[in-house]
Amino acid sequence: MALYESVIIGRQDLTPNQFEELVEEFIKIIVSFKGVIKKRENWGIRNLAYKINKNRKGHYVLLNIDSSSDAITEYERLMRLNEDIIRFLTIRINSVDEKPSPLMNNKSDRYKTEVLNAETV
Amino acid sequence: MTQLEIKREALRKPNQKKRKSCPFSAPDTPAIDYKDLKVLTRYVSERGKIIPSRISAVSAKRQRDLSKAIKRARFLALMPYVVG
Repeated sequence: MALYESVIIGRQDLTPNQFEELVEEFIKIIVSFKGVIKKRENWGIRNLAYKINKNRKGHYVLLNIDSSSDAITEYERLMRLNEDIIRFLTIRINSVDEKPSPLMNNKSDRYKTEVLNAETV
Repeated sequence: MTQLEIKREALRKPNQKKRKSCPFSAPDTPAIDYKDLKVLTRYVSERGKIIPSRISAVSAKRQRDLSKAIKRARFLALMPYVVG
């Protein structure tokens, strides 16, 4: 199935574990469409370069998803409905590079990269 | 210098710098990615605008990837649209 890379930005006044549950919920949707989460990176709370509807900071998470396209359409539809997500970007990629993304290593001590192998979450 | 040479000398555009080599043409350079800001910020002016390839001497293909990555980084608020 196709490989997608999705970045989600959560509202700043969400607590980290609230944001975790939110992301888990989205992962369950992908899994319910028989998709697989290849890589998950939690970039934590980052300063936004500009204010996005009054938020100055945002929770960032990166997900590499291997799933069919209708899983992604459902996944994106729910994200549009949910107002805790202030922005998301899903792009199609050809290959997942296993090493942590550049945004991770400058803060790699506090945040973990879970490279999940084939089994679903 | 004969008349002809003088004309040819004048014809050459004064600001034509030596063609700088494209910084990404080396084989081992990493793929341009919207996440690694260190590379992207090098090709953005201090006002946050994308530097044209005729100044940054980047090859056309690389410049297209660069501008796409910069626009994605801006969308995700990793980079500002305008500075100050």
